[in-house]
Parts: sequence; C-alpha cells; structure tokens
Amino acid sequence: MKKYIIQSIRLTVVLTVLLCVIYPLLVAFVSKFSAGKGNGETITVNGKVVGYANVGQKFDQPQYFWGRPSAVDYNAAGSAGSNKGPTNPDYLKQVSDRVDTLLKYHSYLKKGDIPADMVTASGSGLDPDISPEGAAIQIKRVAQNRGLNAEQVTRLVNQHTEKHIFGPATVNVLKLNVALDQLKK
Amino acid sequence: MNSEILGVVASFLITLLIAIPLGKYLAKMFAGERVWTDFLKPLENGLFKLAGIRPGEPMDWKQFLKAMLTINLLWLVYGFFVLMFQDKLPFNPDGNPGMTPDLAFNTIISFVVNCDLQHYSGESGVTYLTQQIIIMFLMFTSAATGIAAAVGLFKAFRDKTTTNLGNFWEFFIKSITRLLLPLSFIVAIVLAFNGTTASYEGKDQFISLQGDTLNVSRGPAAQMIAIKHLGTNGGGWYGANSAHPLENPSYITNMTEIISQMIIPMAMILAFGYFIRRKKLGWIIFGVMTAGMFMLMIPTISSELGGNPNLTKMGITQATGAMEGKEVRIGPLATGYWSTLTTIVSTGSVNGMHDSTMPLTGAWQLLGMMINGFFGGCGVGILNYFIYLIIAVFISGLMVGRTPEFLGHKVEAREVKIAALITLLSPFLIMAGTAIAAYVFNNHGDADWAVKPANWLNNPGYHGFSEMLYEFTSANANNGSGFEGLGDNNIFWNVATGFVLILGRFLPIIGPLAIAGLLGKKKYIPESAGTLKIDTVTFGLMTLAVILVLNALSYFPALALGPIAEYFSMIK
Repeated sequence: MKKYIIQSIRLTVVLTVLLCVIYPLLVAFVSKFSAGKGNGETITVNGKVVGYANVGQKFDQPQYFWGRPSAVDYNAAGSAGSNKGPTNPDYLKQVSDRVDTLLKYHSYLKKGDIPADMVTASGSGLDPDISPEGAAIQIKRVAQNRGLNAEQVTRLVNQHTEKHIFGPATVNVLKLNVALDQLKK
Repeated sequence: MNSEILGVVASFLITLLIAIPLGKYLAKMFAGERVWTDFLKPLENGLFKLAGIRPGEPMDWKQFLKAMLTINLLWLVYGFFVLMFQDKLPFNPDGNPGMTPDLAFNTIISFVVNCDLQHYSGESGVTYLTQQIIIMFLMFTSAATGIAAAVGLFKAFRDKTTTNLGNFWEFFIKSITRLLLPLSFIVAIVLAFNGTTASYEGKDQFISLQGDTLNVSRGPAAQMIAIKHLGTNGGGWYGANSAHPLENPSYITNMTEIISQMIIPMAMILAFGYFIRRKKLGWIIFGVMTAGMFMLMIPTISSELGGNPNLTKMGITQATGAMEGKEVRIGPLATGYWSTLTTIVSTGSVNGMHDSTMPLTGAWQLLGMMINGFFGGCGVGILNYFIYLIIAVFISGLMVGRTPEFLGHKVEAREVKIAALITLLSPFLIMAGTAIAAYVFNNHGDADWAVKPANWLNNPGYHGFSEMLYEFTSANANNGSGFEGLGDNNIFWNVATGFVLILGRFLPIIGPLAIAGLLGKKKYIPESAGTLKIDTVTFGLMTLAVILVLNALSYFPALALGPIAEYFSMIK
C-alpha cells in the first residue's frame, strides 16, 4: 500500500510538469503564429481595437445592424444562455415582446418575416452572427437611418454573408457594422 | 440546410475513418506489440523511472484496483485544498476568489471522476493555475484511468486462464503518452489556428463601436478544449462551454470537437475485439452501440429541426429549427447531433443549452445518460456495456437452460450478483437523489442556503422537475452536462451530487474488474456445440433488447413526470 502511495505522489508530480507546463506552453508558443496570436482575433478601426471578430457585442442604435438577444447582455466577462425551457410562460412572453419590439422599429415587417434567431437568446450570450434572413429584415431601417439607399446596404450585406461548405450561412454583425461605418465616409 | 446535412454526415464519416484504425492501433499498443509510436518509448521510460514504477510487473485484480484507487484518492485530497486556496496562489490574472468548501468538494470529485459537472463558471470561478494544474491535469488522468481500467478487463480475457490483469501504471501512462497527449496536441493546434484562444493573456478591455466599455475573458483554452473532448471530460474553459465563440469559434472547430469526443470511445470497442483476438465480437458490439446511437439521434434531430411549436403559434419563422440556446454558426442540426453524442459518450460538453431544447430532445438526452453504454466514456463505456453483456448472457442462459458462459468461463452466482448490483445502482442513485431534491424543494423552500430551494428552478412545472432529474442523471452517468438553469451552487447540490458522482464512477469500475478477475482465473472451457456464442448478430440483438428493457423499466416513470408530460402539455 505504501508503495502505491509513493508511486502516486511521484507520478502526479512528473505528470503535472508534462501535462500542465510543457504541453500548454508548447501549444501557446505555436499559437503565436496563428491569425489572432492565440489571444483571439481583434478588429481595429483607425488603429483602435473595437472588438473581437468572434465575440458578439451589443448593438441597439438604429444606424447599426442588431445581433441576437443575449441572456448576459453581451457582457463577455462571462457567458451563458437563458436556460429557459420551451414551454415556460415567462419565456414565451419574452419572445413575444421581442417580436413586438422588432415590429415597432421595422414597421414594414410582418410577423412571418421574422426568423427565429432574431428573437431567441443564443447559447453563449455572445453569438457574433445572425442568419442572412436576420440581416435582410434590418436593411431598410439601417438604410433609412443612414440616409443610404437600400441597394447599397443590400450589396454590403451580401458581401458579408459567409457561405460555408459545411454548416449554415452566417453574417458577422460586428464586421458588417464596421464596413457600414466606413461606407459613410 | 444542405450544407448543414453535409457537415453532419462528414463529421460522422471522418469519425469512423479515424476510429477504426485507432482501435487496431490501441489493441496492438496495449498488448506490447510493435507500433509506429514506439519512438515515444524513451519518454515513457523516463516517466516510469521518475515515478519509481516497474512497468512489466503483473497485478491481480485487487492490486490493480488498489493502485487505481490510491492515486485517485490522492488527487481528491490534494485538489480539494488547491481549489479552496486558489486565490492565494499565483497565475490568477482576473483576481478570482477561492472556492467554498462545498463547491471545492463537488468540483474536485467531479473532475477526478471524469464527469465535469461544473457548479462554477470558468471565467470567474477558477484561476489560470487551477484550470491547468487541477482541471486540465485531471482531464488527462481521469480519461487515462478509465482507459487503463478497460485494458485491465481486456487482459483478463486475452489468455485462457489468468490472474494477471496487467500493470495499471503501465496502461495508465501509455494511455497518456501514446494516445491522449499526442492527439491533444494536434487538436489544440487545429483549434488555436481556427480562433480558439491559447495564450495566457488575462481579460481584455476595449471601447465598442457604439462607445460602450466592454470586457472579454480569454486564456489558454485550446489546450484544455482538446483534452476535454478527447478524454470525454466535457468541462469548459468558459461558462457557456462549447457554445462560447472563443471556445468553439466556427463550424470547423465544431466538427473538430465533435469528432474528437467520439474517436476514443469508438476505438476502444474495436480494440476490445482485436485485443482478445475475437475481432467479430468487437464489431458486433460496435454494431449494437451504433444502432442504439441512431435510435436516440434520429428523434432528437427531428424534434429540434421541427422548432418550438409555441413559437410557430406566434407566427415566427423557424426555417432552420429551434434556435433558443443555440448559435447561428453551428445551427440546430449540428447541435442536435452533438447533444446525442455528448450524452451517450459521457462527455457532457454542450454547443447549445440543453435546458432550452425541446421536451422530447430532453427525454432522449436523459435516456442516453441513463443507458450510458452506447460507446460511453473513455474506457468506462466498455465497462458499463460489459455489465449488460453479463446480464444478457445470464438471461440467455436461463432461456435455453444452460449454465451461462462468457468467453469460455462459467458465469456463476457471484458474478451475476455483482452485475445485478451494479445495474440497480444507477436507478437507485438517480431516483433517490431526485426524490430527495423534489421533497426539499416542496417542503423546505426557505432553507438558508446559498441558493434557497424555492429559487432552484429556472423553469416552472414539468420542466423544473426535469432540471432536477437531469442533474442527478448527469452526475450518476459522470456526464457533466446540465439543464443549467438549475441553481446548483449550494450545499445541497454540491454535496448530494458529489456523493452520486463518486459512487457512479468507482462502483461501475470496481464491479466489472472484479467480475473479469473472477472469470479470468476460472478454468477455460473450450467452445462446443452447446456453447452460447456471443459474437453473433442474434446475441447482439439480445443485448440491445436487455439494455432497452432494463432501462425502460427503471426510468419510464421518471421520464413520464418530466419531459414526456411537458411534451404532451406543449402539443395539446
């Protein structure tokens, strides 16, 4: 028994060095050669970081495309989904309120135009993307608020719709909004 | 939609393409035959030397278990104190606090047993030091413990009569040096180059496009996410687990993660067949497990793609399926696929919130964990399935009126008793736990705990009951996923699930190894015309029937009170 205890202690020490020091440092070193240098890929405007490409941020001003509802209000110091069950009456009320809000700011929409991702909270609360349909319904509002014509904005949305061989098509909200700001100048 | 179907089909095919050769490799490697990774021998020998281990030394089943339990106990004690005092230790760039004793108790057990139930959130509950030297360390070692235990069982049936299960330390270290560590390195690099964070930088702060000041948590996640999946652990670096865009930034990383969590459980099944020189038996078991997997997966995917009927009633378009708790870049199809695999292989990582999935999806997730033998966790999957095999052999023996035999060894009262006890353990722990929780919730709602029982549930009615049932099921299966709406960081859930975790881990390892040890030393009876052949499709179907009947009888009442009742209330 004593033999096993000593072996266990020695093994734990050597494995800690191998698995918790050498292995992670090696990966961290190699990751320095990746696009984001292992820190997460940032997006800069005029030399200033305005966000992380893969981390959603809150957009509620009328001149921007909006992202999905978030259970953590896009506070990326943490992350969480709503964890609301599909039959929870409070949750259904919340969804219906979100639909009303969207209809209020997009008076040209009918309920059936609204895709599910725009009124449901994401799993992380930090979803950087919306569906192409989610972007399409906002084009008119954004164009009006920026004094642009809708075709210009549609073209921009199409440029920012990422189609993939595997997996659904996505529109990265932050990248789209950055491009939108640059269009104005 | 087509690109989503293509993504899931490709994920499954790549999994098979990796798992099949990996199974052959594992059998050879653990048997000590020559393999191409022999160049790692010097590293292994160095580890053996530093730890004072003589690798060839034989162990009988009792010594084997003693070695395994000793090192696991050491990790429990040591990790408990490190987690409690993590705030006083270095590498804590975000200034996170130490854990309360009950949370440290729950967390250390949870990671030692390969479960990874997390009653804390990764961003604020642990430090960079404890994420690595405790959490990630245990992700490697708990997976290696499971694999080593399974190889011990393989060894008992390789020779005709033997008392030698092999050397625990040798299997344990080889699982790390020849399997988990090299694969983790590859997966971590793939993740890091696709956007998962991998450096040691702390939280970042910046001004957003709208002018808000925002914080982003970061850290060396890729290293941990790799072993989290390869070792079927499931604990996330970030609170939202693999739904988090820095943990799982794209569909490609999503495929990488779902493939990595399946390959070792699949490979271990085939390795069993090759190791005991009964290739066909490995493939029959593989077939039964795959059939079971599809039985759970197809209805799951169909219920997620259908969307939430309550939202359809509101007039919302759910073109791709139910989106609550899911990410746009992954989509409901890949999330449904993942949710089945993560619950059958006991990973418990999530790329979408299970609490928000459709009621029947919840039922299939629960059932996957209750059965816990369709591929199952690293190594322990085959141990759980072994118990089902013994029960199936016994029942078949009764049906045809012969003394039951397993691979040439008589199965007698003692072995069947152990198997029966292990079978009864899971329903007992899950039901008793849930019953006590429901009682406390109803009768002691204002108990003065960190979360009052009256505030435990994030959802009312049947779904609230499912949240409690899910937590105990996940703990017993050492799965680690949750209906995360449950307010679980308080003394009741930390302590109750802590005990369920430890019993649900070690008894189902001790039981099968004891049976294997007892059977292995019995006289070998050569196959004759009267032998019940277990490597046939008929016996495979028999096992599947035994699994389904046992679990349906045990769990149907509980499932009826939770997800099934919710389903009928939803479609009425």
